[in-house]
Amino acid sequence: MPSIISVRNLTKTYTSGFEALKTINLEIEEGEIIALLGPNGAGKTTLISIICGIVQPTSGSVSVAGHDVVREFRASRALIGLVPQEIALEPFEKVLGTVSFSRGLFGKAPDPAHVEKVLKQLSLWDKKDSPIMPLSGGMKRRVLIAKALAHEPRVLFLDEPSAGVDVELRRDMWAVVSDLKAQGVTIILTTHYIEEAEAIADRVAVINKGEILLVEDKAALMKRMGQKRLQVELAEPLSAVPEALARHGLELGPEGRSVIYTYDTKGERTGIVTLLSDLRAAGLQMTDLSTEQSSLEDIFVGLVKERT
Amino acid sequence: MNLHAINVIFAKEMARFFRTIVESLISPVISTSLYFVVFGAAIGSRIETVDGVSYGAFIVPGLIMLTVITQSVSNASFAINFPKFIGTIYELLSAPVGMAEIVIGYVGAAAVKSILIGLVILATAFLFVRVPIAHPVAMLALLALTSFSFSLFGFIIGIWAKDFQQLQLIPLLVLTPLIFLGGSFYSIDMLPGIWRTLALFNPVVYLMSVFRWSFFDTADVPVAVSLAAIALFVTVCLTAVWWIFRTGWRIRQ
Repeated sequence: MPSIISVRNLTKTYTSGFEALKTINLEIEEGEIIALLGPNGAGKTTLISIICGIVQPTSGSVSVAGHDVVREFRASRALIGLVPQEIALEPFEKVLGTVSFSRGLFGKAPDPAHVEKVLKQLSLWDKKDSPIMPLSGGMKRRVLIAKALAHEPRVLFLDEPSAGVDVELRRDMWAVVSDLKAQGVTIILTTHYIEEAEAIADRVAVINKGEILLVEDKAALMKRMGQKRLQVELAEPLSAVPEALARHGLELGPEGRSVIYTYDTKGERTGIVTLLSDLRAAGLQMTDLSTEQSSLEDIFVGLVKERT
Repeated sequence: MNLHAINVIFAKEMARFFRTIVESLISPVISTSLYFVVFGAAIGSRIETVDGVSYGAFIVPGLIMLTVITQSVSNASFAINFPKFIGTIYELLSAPVGMAEIVIGYVGAAAVKSILIGLVILATAFLFVRVPIAHPVAMLALLALTSFSFSLFGFIIGIWAKDFQQLQLIPLLVLTPLIFLGGSFYSIDMLPGIWRTLALFNPVVYLMSVFRWSFFDTADVPVAVSLAAIALFVTVCLTAVWWIFRTGWRIRQ
């Protein structure tokens, strides 16, 4: 797949001297959903702000569909829709007016049918003549999303989309996102909620302290980095792991009623068979077995810890 | 050039004006009427004529300039400062628009509002005094030029100002004295020696002079000199705006 966004050797040092980005390289493929995952202050918002043209890069370059974001900003920005992290809307404008305004601002001729479709999709149609001010926080966030979609962008940025968002809006939002993906729109979201990245992203880029630690296919990442835990329930509780089982590195579960075995799914031998026969040899009665995949969160915490 | 963007920015700014049309127009009309009562009737009755024009008529161009300049600056500075203040500027910064679209949209709308207000004041003045207009086309052109150049100046202030206090600072501390000392209500010929020389450093003097010329066909300074001074002012403002967009000063980090 061709990349729609190319970030090359990008750095950003703010005038305060804060180095927000240290040499970022990133290729984003057309049509994918990529999650920029990182703790607060990692540089996620700075990175997308540079791509969108809000922040000027210190060095390096970014292109969107082949257009440099500084030299050919009109062409690059016309392709992008941005849903910002903070709610920023003009209080006295009306919903329909402000969404139509965004469409024009991004250089598209008026298209009431498209604006109507976007508003309906976000359950805003019955609020179209309402001023922004009296709307609830969730409604305002819907308006921000509608504004970003008004000009039919090819690339959509969602900056911390689920910060302070209720379940219903999150469901509507992901419905919109999957609809957009079906249309071939590229979606970049920043988040520090791992579940969010895990739930919808195709690829995950982990960013911390202005550096990209890794970019990988989500499933491959979880497979490569993933560890599984095997929990063996015992008929009789143990007070300690028997000597004979020491080589397996077992942990004792709650009240000694189970033993927990951690293994690597990418290893050639998982050691499960030997473990089970050793358990039997030690005379332990098993009542149940369960396995559990480690989540992206465990992987993420591991990665960030490793580098610091 | 993104014409759709100019269109929506201009329309939105004008809609804001028409939403508060009563407030927008009534206050200049009332203040003009007050000036006529105070200067035209009360004080003016003791002044015979200035440059052969009745004092009541003489102050009309000054009154128009006073309001047009202050309205241009306050409209344009607020129009760009408000999005900065509430954060909606993110959209403008991420949109495919450059200096041309933003200046035409915001400054253009602010200038059109000022022109409308200027014309309303002129209409109000006709209710009080007979005002001759020697060069009507030049008068309208100068009204437009003043509105545009001071809207441009206001736009710069709006970008510069970090809060509403700063937004008021320049109009109060710089603009009001310049306008009042710029011969709005008198001919600078009436000033004593040194003050007359000092007045020539005030850009508003040139604007007032040529604007008054368009009404009464007499000027404090030659028309060509006035036009050159205005051209210089517009050039300085445009250069400043160009520099702001090039460097992202106070808008792009």
